[in-house]
Amino acid sequence: MSNQELTNPELTGIEVHGHTRASFILRGALAAGAVYGTTAVAPFVSQALAVSGGGDAEILNFALTLEYLEANFYEVKSKQVGLSGMAKTYAKEFGEEEEQHVLALTAAIKQLGGTPVAKPTFVFPATNQQSFLALASVLENTGVGAYNGAAPSLQSKAVLASAGSIVQIEARHAAAINLLISKSPTPNGGFDKPLTKTQVLAAAGPLIKK
Amino acid sequence: MPVETGTENQAPQREAPQRESQAPQPAGIVERLVRDDSDRKRFLKMAGSAGAASFGAFVLAACGSSKSSTTATSASAPASTATTSSSSASTGDIGILNYALTLEYLETEFYSKVIAAKLFSGAVGALLEDFGAQEASHVAALKAAVIQLGGTPASKPEGKFPITTAAATAELAYTVENLGASAYLGQAALIQSPQVLASALAIHTVEARHAATLGTLVKKSVTPDGAFAKPADMSTVLAAVKPFLA
Repeated sequence: MSNQELTNPELTGIEVHGHTRASFILRGALAAGAVYGTTAVAPFVSQALAVSGGGDAEILNFALTLEYLEANFYEVKSKQVGLSGMAKTYAKEFGEEEEQHVLALTAAIKQLGGTPVAKPTFVFPATNQQSFLALASVLENTGVGAYNGAAPSLQSKAVLASAGSIVQIEARHAAAINLLISKSPTPNGGFDKPLTKTQVLAAAGPLIKK
Repeated sequence: MPVETGTENQAPQREAPQRESQAPQPAGIVERLVRDDSDRKRFLKMAGSAGAASFGAFVLAACGSSKSSTTATSASAPASTATTSSSSASTGDIGILNYALTLEYLETEFYSKVIAAKLFSGAVGALLEDFGAQEASHVAALKAAVIQLGGTPASKPEGKFPITTAAATAELAYTVENLGASAYLGQAALIQSPQVLASALAIHTVEARHAATLGTLVKKSVTPDGAFAKPADMSTVLAAVKPFLA
């Protein structure tokens, strides 16, 4: 995994597991490669970094954005597309669960003294059940990688436990959706791949309007 | 198993190990960590020693039972001095890795028996073969991780699994995988090394995927805990797997 060049000066002084962020990145100490830096993908990213205040709150705000995305997808997009059978059942159940994740992450960020990101507007390129489920698979599997990539950077063990509790659900969703569209429930084999923020934004960024 | 006197549980602890144990209601994070820490220390005393010949004794030590049979205790030679060359952080992680390794050994054996019984064919059979191979890869990875940290990998326990009908076996698989997922989740906050944590997280979500898959097979919920997966602590998990130890 490539190391992202650190471009946000606010982050340089922040300690991660006893190292300054710059040395942490330079040493490549984190096997998961969850490196944070600003990208030019969307102004949203800089905004998220600016409001969240760094540290665990920043990471949770990134997760919150993804949860907002998934909740909106399952709750609103599903109705535009029109689903039936297990797809409809999953959209309802998973949407409710993502909504609970939104609430929990919002509360956690406030508890950390951070400011939760505002709910973004999304655009989902799905026109029917087939494309809806294909996109659901991308979102859920990306979510697993996002949490697994970010979690080792969390400073608080309590926050880590919460993140673990959430990512397990995303993995369950991912497996269920994959099975529904005849894909492997374990697309990464025995070990789920942690994703960098850049990789996550490559998948999710285009769906975020503002 | 000692009856827990912690204040976080409302219901009295059952003394007999449960075959299909649900994860307990989450205790406060501090109580859970304290309780897990003492279990973990007992566990790693056995895990780190080359003399942990009997997994039965190993489990008893981890659960803190004072009623271990003489056969069991004489078969094992628990070293009261854990490996001194490792840092305390490594020692803790070694204990957790060996705990996970033990569970993965059991899961691997379970899938081997299921596949050998030829209860499933077609797409389902192929999925279960995949899962078995993945559990075996977890065994290999965890063994390597323990060795890398300077520890001694836990020995392979002998398991016994009731493999009867396809339906009953699928139900058992669902139980086992849900337990495995909750076991990893229960340890995440206790792992010290970021690299070990990254590995544990990578395995944790795969167990969850297995559990969800089995859920679709047995027509049970893919998210039996709802929106937030419940962690299970070491003593709960070890009690739950005890019936599967020969």
